[in-house]
Order: sequence, then C-alpha cells, then structure tokens
Amino acid sequence: MKIITGNDLATGAVVWWTGTEWSPHVDDAADTHDAAPIIAAEEAARRVNGAYAIDASQTPEGIRPAHIKDRVRALGGPTVRLDLSLKPADPAAANWVL
Amino acid sequence: MYAYDNYDQAMVDARVAEFRDQTRRRLDGSLSEEKFRPLRLQNGLYLQLHAYMLRVAVPYGTLSGAQMRVLGDIADKYDRGYGHFTTRQNIQYNWIQLKDAPDILADLAKVEMHAIQTSGNCIRNISSDQYAGATADEIIDPRPYAELLRQWSSFHPEFLHLPRKFKICVIAAETDRAAMRLHDIGIRIVRNDAGEIGCAFYVGGGMGRTPMIAPLINAFVPLDHLITYSEACLRVYNRHGRRDNKYKARIKILVHELGAEEYTRQVEEEFAHLQTQGLEPPLAELARIATHFADPAFETGLPDEIDLTNPQFAKWVKTNTATHKAPGYAIATISLKPIGGIPGDASADQIRLMADLSRDYSFDESRVTHAQNIVLPHVRKQDLYALWQKLEAAGLATANLDDITDIIACPGLDYCSLANARSIPVAQKIAERFAANDRATLLGELKLKISGCINACGHHHAGHIGILGVDRKGTENYQLLLGGSEGADTSLAQITGPGFDEDGIVEAIDRATNLYLAERAPDERFLDTYRRLGMAPFKAAIYSKEPA
Amino acid sequence: MAAPQFRFRDDAPVAAPAVPVDAFNAETNATAVRLEPADDARALLPHLDRLQLVEVNFPGFMDGRGYSSARILRESGYTGELRAVGDIGVDQLNHLKRVGFDAIAPDTPLNPEDATRAFATWPQVYQKTVDGRTPIWALRHPQ
Repeated sequence: MKIITGNDLATGAVVWWTGTEWSPHVDDAADTHDAAPIIAAEEAARRVNGAYAIDASQTPEGIRPAHIKDRVRALGGPTVRLDLSLKPADPAAANWVL
Repeated sequence: MYAYDNYDQAMVDARVAEFRDQTRRRLDGSLSEEKFRPLRLQNGLYLQLHAYMLRVAVPYGTLSGAQMRVLGDIADKYDRGYGHFTTRQNIQYNWIQLKDAPDILADLAKVEMHAIQTSGNCIRNISSDQYAGATADEIIDPRPYAELLRQWSSFHPEFLHLPRKFKICVIAAETDRAAMRLHDIGIRIVRNDAGEIGCAFYVGGGMGRTPMIAPLINAFVPLDHLITYSEACLRVYNRHGRRDNKYKARIKILVHELGAEEYTRQVEEEFAHLQTQGLEPPLAELARIATHFADPAFETGLPDEIDLTNPQFAKWVKTNTATHKAPGYAIATISLKPIGGIPGDASADQIRLMADLSRDYSFDESRVTHAQNIVLPHVRKQDLYALWQKLEAAGLATANLDDITDIIACPGLDYCSLANARSIPVAQKIAERFAANDRATLLGELKLKISGCINACGHHHAGHIGILGVDRKGTENYQLLLGGSEGADTSLAQITGPGFDEDGIVEAIDRATNLYLAERAPDERFLDTYRRLGMAPFKAAIYSKEPA
Repeated sequence: MAAPQFRFRDDAPVAAPAVPVDAFNAETNATAVRLEPADDARALLPHLDRLQLVEVNFPGFMDGRGYSSARILRESGYTGELRAVGDIGVDQLNHLKRVGFDAIAPDTPLNPEDATRAFATWPQVYQKTVDGRTPIWALRHPQ
C-alpha cells in the first residue's frame, strides 16, 4: 500500500493521512495512490509540512512502513526512550521498528 | 566570562523579533517552507524525525550558572524534560514546537543566549578548548579571540549564503583538546620568536563524506589582522566554493582542489585588498573583551592533598580531574556517559544541579566539551569530595573520561532525519560490555566515536575506534574504523573491512581490544599499538573465523 | 525594465538595459552590465568610470556569490547604481543593502510593510562594510 506522512506545521508532530485528515497514529493511514495533489493542497492550507508518500504493508500488528526511518517516526519516539514514544508500555515496540 | 553590553543585548533582541516575524509569516502562509527553511536553520531550528529540534548556541562551550539553569528550565517548559549536549559544544532540544520557538529564543535572550547560526550555510558556533583559562599549557586564554570572531560572524551580510556550513575553532595550546585541525578554519594562538602573540591559520579541515586535515595556510597572522584575514578566507570560499554539488561544497574541497598553495595565494591577495577597507576592530576591543576572561579570584594557600580513602572517589579523581594552573585547584569533568545511558543527554534536574554545582564549586562557570561532557574548570581540591558525592547521587559521577565507555555518539536514527542507522543502542551495548569486569579501566585511554550516517556528527573519523552506521538494503549495518585521532597528532581512522550488524560490531570491537591487550607495549594506548602494528593484524583478528 | 521596487538613490534610474559581461566587454559604449553568480566582479574594475548600472543576478536566493560581487565593486570605488535582481525575499533585503546594493528588484514584488520592517531590523551592526554604518566596535571605542 501507499500512505502519506508528514509533520504538523506548528507542532512538528508526525502525522499520517487518513483520507480526510491527519492522524498521529500510523494505523489510521489510508491507502492513497494519488498523493501529489493531496500533499499540494494540504501543504498550501498549512495543515501539514514536508509531506511525502511511502510504501507500507498491512500486517496483523497494523500498518508497517517499508523504511526503518518511517517506522521510527511511527513509533513516535526514539527506540531508546520508549517512555517518550506512542507505546510507552510496550517493551516490544523497539523490535517492531527493526 | 563575556557579559553582553547594551549593543550585544540589542542584537539578540532584534534577532528574536526578526524570527518572531518570520515564524508569523510562515504560519500565516506568506512565507513558503522553501523560503522559511534556511531562515529557521539560521536560528537553529531543524525538522527532525519526531518534531522540531532546536540547537542552542553555547559560544566556545562556556556557560554561567544562570545560563545553565535556564537551559534546564527550557527542557521542562518547552520540551520533554531533557536536553542533549553536542559534539560542537552546543545543546539540542528534540521536541520543540515551531509556535514556541520565538518565545524560547526570547527566554534565552534574557540570559544572553541565542540560537544564532547554529545551522544553515553560514558561520556556525565557534568552538574552543574546554580547559581554556584553567590549564597551564595554554599561551593565553583563546576565548576572547573566539568572542571577537563570534561577533564578527554574527549576521555578517556577505557570508550568510555560503556554499555550505562553516565551522571555526580557536585554541591556544599545543595539546589540541578541540579537534582544531578538523575544522573549516582552525586557529591556534601562538607566540613568535619575538614573543608576540598571533594566530596560526589552518584552513580546509573537516569530517563528513570526505574527511580532511586542515593544512597550515599562514603560520602567523598578527592579532591586529585577525578579522581581516578571516574575511579574506571566507570571501575566497564564498566566491569560489563549489555550488554545483552539495557533497563537494565545503571549503575543504576548495582547498584540496586548488591546492593549499593556490588557496593561500588567493587569500593573501584578497587580504591585501581588504586591509585598505578598515575592517579590523582596534586592539582595544580585544582588550575590552579579554577583561571579561580575567582569572577569577583564586585563593592562595589552599591544601594540595586530596583524601583518597574512598576508592570510588579516588578512581573518579584519577580519571575525571586534570591539573589546574592555580595551586590547590583542579579541573573536573562531569560525565554524561553513564553506563547504558544515552551519551550527552541530561535531564532538566541534572542540568539545574550542574548549574548549582558550577555556582557553588567553580566560580559560576561550566564548559560543554565536544566529547559531550561538562567541565567545571576551577574546583578547589578540598571541595572535590563534596562535589563528587553530589554528582554520584545524581548519576553524574561515572569515572570514565576518555575510556571506551566515554563514547561520543550522534543522536542517530532514533532522532535524526539524516541518519541511516541508530547509534545510541550501539553505544549502550558497547558501554555495558566493557564496563563489566572493569575491562574499560584495563584498556585505558580509548576514544570511541559513533556516527549514524556519513555526515559524521559523531566524529567517527577521529576515533581511535570509529563506527559508521550505514543502510544496507534497508537494514542497519555498521562499519568499523581504527586509528583516528583528534589531537595535535590528528589522523583519520581507516575502515577495517565489511560491516557488521549491531551484535557483530560489539564482537568486532571485543576482538580488536583483545588484540591490543595481547600486543601492547608498556604505556601504549590502543591508538599507539594500532599505529605501531598497522591495520593487518587487527583486520585478521576481527574477521577471523576462530571464536574470540 | 520596470523601476526596481526598492531604490535608495536620488538620480534617475538608468534606462539602458543591463547586458551580460561578454556583451559589455564588446560594446565600448555600454553603460549597464549584468553579473551572473559565476562572473568575476573584478573584471569590471577597468570600466568603473563608464558604468552607470551594475545588475547582480540572484537566480536562487541561496547562492550568495552576488553579495561578494557587490561589496567588491563598492570597495573598489564604484558609485553607480548597484541593483540586486532575481529570487529575492523580504529576508534578504537588509543584507543586500549592507553589502552595497542601492536598488533591489525582486522577481516577485514584496509586501511593503514587511519590507520596511526588514530594512529596520538591526539597530546596530557588528561588522564594518561598505554601507557607511558605524560598526559596534567603533561605537565602543570612539576615536
């Protein structure tokens, strides 16, 4: 699948395109094949900054970005400080990134 | 240390207002990201993996207690309770929101701090020796010269759109504690035969994709030509540095492609012209700045002996203190490398504690080192034990300065959008392996540096052992390098061979250090044994099919 | 071309079109030349007395060679119009003026209020350059 990600302009938080809006959770990401006009419109409206399309796959655990960098972003924090991530209670979260 | 006068304060205040206006225009849409990006970078604001990151300048690594305290408060007020001290003596916050950035800069300006030109294609923070003003082996304190250069480089209208970033370092001792020759301009303050003080200019060093050691361009620039000569160096670079290829745009490439001789010729020609322009501040300005760096009121008649009954304290004194120029004093290094911790990180509470300790034990002054530790430059020997106890209680007393667990590591793929691999977990694994059974102490001085990508912010080329994270078909892989040195004997580390996964690199370092232990001559550091034996036996040991 | 959006001269704007350096060298009666980033400003030094207008092009605002070109011309005694053209935003205005430009013609007209604010950003300056402003170090040590 193809999903779109970026950062919130004002806060810098990682966000994922759901089809209608931006969510902090990668599992909300929508399979989107014509990203360019969406990115252009959303950036022009300042609802996102630096958005780009990536490959991802649907897995039993949820949506898994193809590149490790985007998996780190999906985690929402560094693998070495899970308390700062979106999965503070999940000790396996760092392994999911790898 | 330097204190702003009204002019300096007005400049940082104007900068805050300028950035506030630029941020307003970005948020209301009148400024595009493409146009805003270089502006926010020149105020230290990156967009990283998880959020905006703000890099605050610590000029030549020097902080007052009040400044250090504000750095801790910023971590709590605007970030997530911690900061990261960097390999250029700055501090970074990883969870900044753009909408808060102007307020953060305003808070910093109240304590004479800023984030001016800590990123972007401009002259960056000017670094210096963390022992400046405290060590006996310097000709003079280099920091007034660094401050003169800081003011000259701030908002310099001709040099804000350079081909690439530009890093300057100023030292004044034969012992190079600041990796001077690995800078775009490295300056060593020297004395000539007539006893006059001047500046030796080394231009064209740097790490990154193509590491180079800066050649000597001019052995003695008199002090009253320091600014004009610097302008000449920068102008030649601005005019002729490559603009066609981002990876060949640093001055080191220009110096390398022209040759040091031709680059020098062009600089001297430009210098001759610029001398007619009256650019140089009078020596009285240098003298004015230098009055801020006069020695603190060192006491005399202080005891020289330290009670080393407590073995942990004794170890810390041995590893983490250095000789001070004033009798009865010592230079103390606070380790931000707890075993298994994140190199260079400090919590807001730890930062505020260090502020208090600098106030109570070090004439209200501390230094950030390029090895990501903190120095208290002027501690009475009789206070070392009390200081150590407070550090120990806060997890800041690891006795590992310059040993294999005192690792320099960039933030890596856990934080940085440029990275190919994570560096922090590798650092943690290595530290834990070598702290066990006191192996680190047995190995002695061993500077290990990790970069998560070729940009080399972890200075891996200058490591006795260096590690470079790469992307190998979508997985993290690590190259091992040996034999680098950042000191006066500057050398660039060489790659051993094929790379390793995370466990493999730890194993490989184990084998390399075992070989060192087996082969070392008396008093030889790892680096010395490597230089004596060469790569071949290390390569054989590392890639041997025999179990370790 | 249309008058530059910003001009700090009293004389009449130069009407002649600014020709590229090669053409300028060939036409002995040309009075207006256009410098591209890679052009050497010092090649113009023998011709300063017949030059009324030097345009310095900024095809991309990140390429800062034009700042050095401008300053070199002023340092060498050029007193004619020095005009910055091209990809110029509000945030470059102050620096362009400091290196000697007295006319600025951005490709896209700029918001006048933003521009006024930009020119007034710095109450003082740290460096001596060709704009006549007294640097802070001189204010600290009046001669």
